Formats: sequence, C-alpha cells, structure tokens
Amino acid sequence: MFESIAQLVALADERSQPLHEIVLQTEMANGGKSRDYLRGRMGKRLEIMQRAAAQGIDHPVMSISGISGGSAYRFWNWLEAGHEPLTGPILSRAVARAMAVNEVNAGMGCIVATPTAGSAGILPAVLLTLQEARGFSDEQLVDALFTASGIGAVIVRRAHVSGAAGGCQAETGSAACMAAGAAVELLGGAPAQSAQAVAITMKNMLGLVCDPVAGLVEAPCVKRNAAGAAQCFIAVDLALAGVESIIPADEVIDAMADVGRRMDERFRETALGGLAATPTGRRLAELVWAEKR
Amino acid sequence: MPRNISIFDIIGPVMVGPSSSHTAGAVRLGQVARTILGTPPVDALIELHGSFAHTGRGHGTDRALVAGLLGMATDDPDLPHSFELAAQAGLAFRFEEIDLGEDAHPNSTRLTVSDGVHTAQVTGCSVGGGLVEITNLDGYDVRFSCGYDTLLVLTEDRPGTITEVTGWLARHDINIAFLRVGRDQRGGDAIMIIETDHSIEPEILEAFEDYPWVHWARQVPKVEM
Repeated sequence: MFESIAQLVALADERSQPLHEIVLQTEMANGGKSRDYLRGRMGKRLEIMQRAAAQGIDHPVMSISGISGGSAYRFWNWLEAGHEPLTGPILSRAVARAMAVNEVNAGMGCIVATPTAGSAGILPAVLLTLQEARGFSDEQLVDALFTASGIGAVIVRRAHVSGAAGGCQAETGSAACMAAGAAVELLGGAPAQSAQAVAITMKNMLGLVCDPVAGLVEAPCVKRNAAGAAQCFIAVDLALAGVESIIPADEVIDAMADVGRRMDERFRETALGGLAATPTGRRLAELVWAEKR
Repeated sequence: MPRNISIFDIIGPVMVGPSSSHTAGAVRLGQVARTILGTPPVDALIELHGSFAHTGRGHGTDRALVAGLLGMATDDPDLPHSFELAAQAGLAFRFEEIDLGEDAHPNSTRLTVSDGVHTAQVTGCSVGGGLVEITNLDGYDVRFSCGYDTLLVLTEDRPGTITEVTGWLARHDINIAFLRVGRDQRGGDAIMIIETDHSIEPEILEAFEDYPWVHWARQVPKVEM
C-alpha cells in the first residue's frame, strides 16, 4: 500500500488532501471497491468497537481462563464515583475503554483486531474518548480509521505487528502509533504533525517485550493497552504543540523492526520470559493448564 | 501466495477473541475442512500440534476449531458455545495431541472429518493475524493460503488433464492467478491447486464433477478480513 509515512505525508501535501482521503483513494484503486462500500464497511467496524468498549465498562468481563478481568468496570465506576484521576478527565476514560475492549477480547467477545487482537483496545479507546470529549461525528471517526489503517499498513510493510515477530512494541506500539496519527488529524493537525506523533509514540514504546502470563492474551496485555493509550495522548499533545522528533517516523519504525529482530525469543510471545517467567507467572500458568487438561 | 495488504487487514479482522492466530485462524481451519468435505461433518478427529496443543485451550482454540467445522464465522458471538451447538448439530468430535514434525508451524492442526460416507483430512496452520495455510489434503502435499478463491481438483493422473481444466476455466471466463499440480506417489491420482481471480458459481463447479476423470472439485473461498 504505502512504502513510508513520508510518502503518505507527501501525497497528502501534494494533493492538499487529508491523510484519510489519500488512504481511501489508494484502497479504492488497489481493491476496485467504491468509496461508499469502503466507508460503509469501515463504519460497521466502528460499531463493533463501540459495542465492545461499552460492554467492558458496563459489566465486569472475566477472561475464559479466569485469571483476570473486571478491571475496566472497576476503574470506570471509580471515575463515575467522582474520584479525580491524575490522568485527567479525558485520558482516564480512554484508559478505561482500552482495558474494556481488551477484557472483552480475553472473554471471547467480539472485537476488531487493530492491528492485532492483543492490542485491540488502544485505537477504539482513543477515538471514542475523543468523540465523547470533543463531539466528533461517527463519520469523522470513520475518516480517522482510514488514517490509522494507512499508518498501520506502513508499519506492516517496514516492520511487523505481531508479538511473535517483534514483541509488544510491535503490537501495542503499532496500535498507539495508528491512534496517534489519526488523533492528530482529527484534532486539526497537519499531515506532517501526524507523522511526528507516530515517531514520538513509537520512540517511547521501543523495546517493550511480549511476555504473556500462561501464553494468554490477558496479563499484561490489558494494562499495556491502557499504557498505549497514554503514550498516544502524550505524543498527540506534543505533536500538536509543534514539538518534533529528531528521528523521522520511518526511521523509528525501522528501528522497531531492528529491535524486534534482535529480541530474544523468550520475549516474543513464547511465555518463556519476562512476567510469564516470574514465580507468580509460572504458578498461574500451572493453575490454568492443570484446569484445562 | 502472499496477499495484497488491504486496510481491512489492519483494521480487522472482526473476530471473537482472544487471539487472531489461536482463535480466528483456528475457526478458518475448521471452515476449510468443512468446505473440502463438502457436506456437514458428523464426526471429527481434531489433532493439535505445538502451541495449539499447549496453549490452545486457554485461547479457545478447541472451541474455535469446532465452530469452524460447524461453518460458523470468526465473528459469530455464539463461538464460545460451539461445543453445545455441535451436540445439537449431531457433530461428534474428539481432541488428540500430535507431533507433525520439526518443520511444522507451531500453530498446526490435522482435521479428519467425515459425513458418515466420505472422509476428508486437512492439515493446516494458523500463521498470524487470522491468516491460515493449508499444507496437506488427504495425503497430498499442497500449499495455499486462502488469499485467493482456491479451486482444488482431484483427478485421475493421465495426460491432458491440465489442458482440459484450464480450458474449462477459460470457457467460463475465470482467470487463473496461480496453478500447481501434485501427485500421490502411491496411487494414480493427481491434485490441482488453482488460485483464481474470481469465485466459481456452485452450479458450474458441480457440472465440472461430471467429467469421468474428475473425482471431486471443491472451491475454498478467499478469506475476507
């Protein structure tokens, strides 16, 4: 689709069009589908995101393994009870939604993998919370999903988005980058500022390992989705203020690919290192697998 | 063959969790086995290799495979209840562990399904992001990834079959993207794996089986994210 973030930004600048329009036109040309079809299909995905986020906040959702769940519900109710979160009124609600979607995923509920199931909370959390806080329409959120997909396509092309290939930086890192570039555009930033937000987000998530307890998409995945939303918000604010990354987005993505390739296999979704290899992680794994056999 | 990346590969698939490789991919492998059999299965032996065997149950891989055998979609909300639905549908299934060898992908399974008359055996793996690859079919080494509509034709191994099959496709205005042929060393049969740019209407596919040298023809649909 696109070779680089730089190419995506250059096309947008050349044609004086927003990033989402460049992505949409490229997909129309590649897949031979109409604008209405593509927007309609993306709109359905937004609905699924909205449903999953609401589900995890309205009810305590437990994972099928039973070792985690209910955190989003607990946090949301703490916010609703009038507590003042240090993360502020907007980020705190994005944190709750990010965990909510990932808990729904762990409970065998329906989600949209963005780009993966394990990182599915970040993009919906950021977009739905911006919609709530700033009044964006569903159509504007669909635009944002096109922008996010263009950024994700570049990352897939230059690096990887699976924990098995590149660690958690490749999953939640990529998801946070996609959300950051899309959020900057929603909030009125220029294409080059979206690219800056992508660069800053990935820089701050480089090296993050994939170390799921018992090999399941639960711990630490749920809270890493919360962290991804926070990293995204930091980068969006900085980019909108005109702060720049001295390393361009494409080079940061290439660095992520390099770190992923050199990352020990124990830290790439094998559940042999990191949190999975702690005494508690091992004990939980034994518990889960003893029950399931 | 690698698929061209689409925006719906990035914002997608829409799926029941928790894992695109261990859950969504597993559903698709079950779907492929059902498609190859061509009829609803009543019996299934599900053999799990590597990571599918070790962490599959916590990821719902077992329920996902059975859901696929029932023809359920990756985003079907009833997916967690597939065992109960299988009982209602009259599908008996059992799980076993298998070692498919060092070269096999860690997320591999061998599915042996039967409708009471015919049996089909499909070996495949889930390679990530919900994408799958089929590696063996009824003992024939094959390799296709459902990135295209894939026509599988088992024929007698005699001269001229490739010309007849490709001619037949041309007459129906179906363009071939990739074509491979495999042969069973033991018997006198050959399998063709034909990835096409368009799907083939079921009536046309059925008529194709009227050729005396065609044992069966099946189309595995392209995976839409």
